[in-house]
Amino acid sequence: MTLNATPVATLNRRTLLVAAAAAGGGFSLGFGLPGSGPARANQVREINAWVVIHPDDKVVIRVARSEMGQGTLTGLAQLVAEELECDWTKISTEYPTPGQNVARNRVWRNFSTGGSRGIRESHEYVRQGGAAARMMLIQAAAADWKVPASECAAANSVITHKPSGRTVTFGKVAAAAATLEPPKDIPLKDPKDWKIAGKAVKRLDTLDKLTGKQLYGSDLRLPNMLTATVKACPVPGGKLKSFDAAKVEKMPGVKRVMALDGIAVAVVADTYWSAHSALAALPVEWDAGPNASVSSATIAAMLKEGLDADQAFVGNKTGDAKGAIASAAKKVEAVYSYPFQNHATMEPMNATALYMADKCEVWCPTQNGEAALAAAAEAAELPVAKCDVHKMLLGGGFGRRGRSDYVRQAVLIAKQMPGTPVKLIWSREEDMAQCQFHPITQCKLVGALDAKGDLVGLHMRISGQSILASLLPQNLQNGMDPVTFQGLNPGGAEGMFGYNIPNLLIDHAMRNPHIVAGFWRGVNLNHNAIYVECFMDELAHAAGQDPLEFRRKLLKPKHLAVLNAAAEKAGYGKAPPGRFHGLAQIMGFGSYVAACAEVSVSDAGVLKIHRIAAATDCGVAVNPAQIERQVAGSFVYGLSAALYGECTVKDGAIEQTNFDSYNVLRMDEMPHVETVLMPSGGFWGGVGEPTIGVAAPAVLNAIFAATGKRVRSLPLMNANLKRGA
Amino acid sequence: MVALTINGKTHDVTVDPGTPLLWVLRDTIGLTGTKYGCGIAQCGACTVHIDGVATRSCQVTLESAANAKITTIEGLAENGVLTKVQQAWLDNDVPQCGYCQSGMVMAATALLKSTPKPTDQDIDAAMTNICRCGTYQQVRAAIHAAAAKA
Repeated sequence: MTLNATPVATLNRRTLLVAAAAAGGGFSLGFGLPGSGPARANQVREINAWVVIHPDDKVVIRVARSEMGQGTLTGLAQLVAEELECDWTKISTEYPTPGQNVARNRVWRNFSTGGSRGIRESHEYVRQGGAAARMMLIQAAAADWKVPASECAAANSVITHKPSGRTVTFGKVAAAAATLEPPKDIPLKDPKDWKIAGKAVKRLDTLDKLTGKQLYGSDLRLPNMLTATVKACPVPGGKLKSFDAAKVEKMPGVKRVMALDGIAVAVVADTYWSAHSALAALPVEWDAGPNASVSSATIAAMLKEGLDADQAFVGNKTGDAKGAIASAAKKVEAVYSYPFQNHATMEPMNATALYMADKCEVWCPTQNGEAALAAAAEAAELPVAKCDVHKMLLGGGFGRRGRSDYVRQAVLIAKQMPGTPVKLIWSREEDMAQCQFHPITQCKLVGALDAKGDLVGLHMRISGQSILASLLPQNLQNGMDPVTFQGLNPGGAEGMFGYNIPNLLIDHAMRNPHIVAGFWRGVNLNHNAIYVECFMDELAHAAGQDPLEFRRKLLKPKHLAVLNAAAEKAGYGKAPPGRFHGLAQIMGFGSYVAACAEVSVSDAGVLKIHRIAAATDCGVAVNPAQIERQVAGSFVYGLSAALYGECTVKDGAIEQTNFDSYNVLRMDEMPHVETVLMPSGGFWGGVGEPTIGVAAPAVLNAIFAATGKRVRSLPLMNANLKRGA
Repeated sequence: MVALTINGKTHDVTVDPGTPLLWVLRDTIGLTGTKYGCGIAQCGACTVHIDGVATRSCQVTLESAANAKITTIEGLAENGVLTKVQQAWLDNDVPQCGYCQSGMVMAATALLKSTPKPTDQDIDAAMTNICRCGTYQQVRAAIHAAAAKA
């Protein structure tokens, strides 16, 4: 047995130890020959890249996307199993490694797990994988029985020859099926005929999370392993000037102190606490570089200038917004702002690397296995074919683990200690300092109402940071970042603007501070939804109309349907005494979502979010129970951001250091979330992120209804909601 | 050397007596079900029971844990039989990423021991653990379910 392919749901301490023992006392786990994963071994049969069937009918479904709590592992397995017609109780899952994907010509396609893409972008080919395997199993049985395959059918891992009633299980014909040519024409089921997919089946990966058996990346223990921790220059763009290793080298357990890339220093020791203590005691001098005097105030001024700048990238334009505004019966204007925020995954960044002269292996939680492999190979200065990455379960991802900076660091450390596995764990403080933050933006909105109070023009100017400019400048289009316009696009399946406004201009003045921006669960939809939906509320009040009725006149059908559903579920307009409702809707990541929040605000200004009704139209729903959990969880993430999420900058560095200075929502503040799942069919939308967009604006609009106070700058903890204040 | 009693077994530990119990459990004993999340008693991922009391092990030194009875997440189920709290968590499909759930289960277990039929307010007061995936609604449901079975 090797760890070449990692059994996701069952990787625990015992299997690792067994694997280590089976690898002959070494710990070079999983260095199989390219293209010869465990499924090629004699005792089990790989029907195709997605499906392995054992003689005892056990089914292994391969999953390329990373599980980080969002349930993609279970959902993708449901899709394969549905088409395979296998017994759901006999399945398990495993990750192919990124190295195997390279060796097999990317047979598993994209490993990247972000943008709520897991199911919506791979549903077709994984279902085809399941369906093709079923067809091959049936064909093998039919050939054995010498009957036409068309007379046979599969259900629950059993193939039946309908005229004779003969049956055989998948395990019995798997060996023969594995030798057949895969079919070319692979019809898929209509979702209305689904028996496993579309159902609220339990997650496959729960039990070990309740007993302490589940291994995360930071739990990995390999023979002779050392543990490292690291500190990088707190000011992005700065450098490591000097450090005095002699001061800590004699501390208990310390093995090495080393610089990384000229910007960070690492301590390697026998345990995390030894490494952490030595790093804390290590005298380090930084060269803060050109950004040493940047502060939140200077960044805010930089963005403010962009609100009225002449140059801006146009994301959505209809008619003549500026003309409509100039001739408006009533002009409404507001400026909003959204801060930097940290993902704050519960498990800090970590990676374990083992470097040998001619190969390098990494074990890590990653949302992008292929990028992690590329980063490992680059840091090791070895060909990709000499490296591999073993994906571990993520203790949260939220976009942060799409980056491979911590993988590079682990390999750089291990490279200086060949033959010794080194586990790098960041402290929470390092994680807070070296995030790739939610981008910072401001937005100026100007609306034109005619004499009847109808919205005839809107100019929305976003000023601020581009994620692509920060992380993927090669993906900019003539300098423009199209991702900036999430939820604001004129059309398309990704994030279409919901309102029909005759004169519309949405543009972006890109202003990029030195703080690195990254993909943060919900991405640009988060602030865009706040800007649009809070301003729609402002316009409705300026027009003297109810915010729901005002929107009803403007919204496109699917956007309106979810808003109506959320309003109805919440009993919009019929809030109990002392409570108030606020609405928001948005489309993003392929799905339509809306929320109605019910809040109260005491005279002293204490906000209580009592309940939220949330509607989702994701087209096709693969696991309703997991969608409900993603929706409820999205409010925790989105309301944490709305209430507390703010990373400020002083002397070029992020000021927040831990959960005491970067607070998040806890149980006592959690509203009751009621989910309306209304998949209208015909498209596949994501569910991990879109709902985050409506969390903050629904609450902000409810706060206005309760207090008459319009909060336009987040987080809410900075606002005074006290009556009369 | 400090003798620790963990999940009914005694371990003689020779690391610096000022080392936080969290890191003794994880790196010295090898019980990695107890998680590091913040190191400052904010998040609760490192919650264990010390003499039956839910305690954040990042703030307890090795020497101060001597002579105490320590229970970790690995010590809850006996002979593979889940406790009623673990079973309620399983039945309600509570975890998402799961990283905080050891601490959640330990905190809930201690709560139900002292308050067998907790109200929502009792739950709010006792369950201050951070979950970034946002499982709070399922955690609450599972605690009520476990209480109902008692």
